[in-house]
Amino acid sequence: MKILVCISHVPDTTSKINFTDNDTKFDTNGVQFVINPYDEFVLTRAMWFKEKQGASVTVVNVGNVTTEPTLRKALAIGADDAIRVNAEPTDGLAVAKELAEVVKNGSYDLVLAGKESSDYNGQMVPGMLAALTDFNFVNGCVGLEVEGTNANANREIDGGNESVATSLPLVVGGQKGIVEESDLRIPNMRGIMMARKKPLNVVEPTGSENGTSTQSFEKPAPKGAVKLVDADNIDELISLLHNEAKVI
Amino acid sequence: MSVLVYASSTDGKFKKSAYEVVSYGKKVADQLGTNLIALTINADDASELQNYGAETILTVNNDGLSVFNAKSYAAVIEQAAKAKEANVVVLDSSIDGLYVAPLVAVGLDAGYASNVVETPSSTSPFVVKRKAFSNKGFNNTEISTENKVLGVAKNSFGVHENAASASVENFDAEVVASGVKSTNIEKASGKVTIADADVVVSAGRGLKGPENWGMVEELAEVLGAATACSKPVSDLGWRPHSEHVGQTGKPVASNLYIAIGISGAIQHLAGINASKVKVVVNTDPEAPFFKAADYGIVGDAFEVVPQLISKLKDFKAQNS
Repeated sequence: MKILVCISHVPDTTSKINFTDNDTKFDTNGVQFVINPYDEFVLTRAMWFKEKQGASVTVVNVGNVTTEPTLRKALAIGADDAIRVNAEPTDGLAVAKELAEVVKNGSYDLVLAGKESSDYNGQMVPGMLAALTDFNFVNGCVGLEVEGTNANANREIDGGNESVATSLPLVVGGQKGIVEESDLRIPNMRGIMMARKKPLNVVEPTGSENGTSTQSFEKPAPKGAVKLVDADNIDELISLLHNEAKVI
Repeated sequence: MSVLVYASSTDGKFKKSAYEVVSYGKKVADQLGTNLIALTINADDASELQNYGAETILTVNNDGLSVFNAKSYAAVIEQAAKAKEANVVVLDSSIDGLYVAPLVAVGLDAGYASNVVETPSSTSPFVVKRKAFSNKGFNNTEISTENKVLGVAKNSFGVHENAASASVENFDAEVVASGVKSTNIEKASGKVTIADADVVVSAGRGLKGPENWGMVEELAEVLGAATACSKPVSDLGWRPHSEHVGQTGKPVASNLYIAIGISGAIQHLAGINASKVKVVVNTDPEAPFFKAADYGIVGDAFEVVPQLISKLKDFKAQNS
């Protein structure tokens, strides 16, 4: 089985968010970038398939050269090789089209991606990629088994869980549950050393046109200070929630 | 040219998010000087949508669509958009809405913006504001394609009544086969889900153990709220994973979020800060949650929560 794992390169959640160039660009100064936490879950599942059932695992990112340390980290976790599509990922549709090209050229059986990135939470790319490649698609996946070309998956639904039967080729948008948090892997020294020697191939983009573009960024209005209510004065809290906030 | 809204239903019934996207779609249609068409699939009473501004309601009734399937549903939405020459398609941000939207976008070769929080600031160019960086910023996004797909962030626009008299038309959609088949659905019945709840009561490690959740559930019951928990609590197995809210857990965009014994780690806040009003109860006045909350009580949950339950019961009795 040939597995492709899509890796987003995202600011660590604890990053301070600032904008530059008249609020048209995200200020990466001092920002620590990491593998998208949702992608870590599916990457770990890919490693499970590799070790238990036999599979090759390629990781891919659409981004500029600054995303390579993130891909190296995925290699250190155990992926066999990496592909970087040399384009700025500014629009979901354009990124999905670039990834579709990689999928077609590499004849992958299973494409795993986090269901969303932790920065935009858009849930755009996996579905678009599935539609562009005409692969089957399971989103919000919290469990995945593959036997031959058949796949059984669980996905989260509102208020519960749905089991689905499908087949390869397949795109999966995964989340916590596809593996547990405790199964996530931290690269060890040996992995990091080996990752340096693994292939990281840079491919030029096909130049897919953007469907959307960023005009500007803005920050939310500053939040007022918390109103503290005395622990012995619950009536005041209820009154504030009823009369001021109007939520009860 | 028209605006098409897909108003999703579960077991034939609309949820608040369906009314919200119809309300939103009406505003966009007004901005563009065009009509609003609402599409329903196997809904019991589609005419309800006229209360929120739908001028044409397309009803699809087909046993082949009785269980949600992203590919089949996307194909129906695409067919309706093409038949009605709709070039703006609006969907909600429910689990199924987010599943189906990217497929619709590809089908219509449309630029897609998800997590949209306001109506377009301009329609030419077409610019919408969407959430970015876990709600720590917003991105004003131009959609430059002729067809456009918008995913409206939950509880961002609200439900607005706007009575119209709609024509209800049966829409004969072709059911496209999907390679993904539902084999089993498990759902907790009778519980308010975190996604639908106006109020969410959430608790963390400050509660000391799973045996102490009785008061959290009671508080939730008094408020008609869903119960939730922080990540450590679900990792410890005190509560099911389905209750974990925050980054990598479920997102919350309720009107009221009550956090009991949760310190407010940034990953937790990233998942819940779309909630409108946040109340925190914590013994530690230095807990980061107090910086993110609107109202706070520095105090012991085991004293505050029982009082809150009893006072809220009195309040509800007087105000019902």
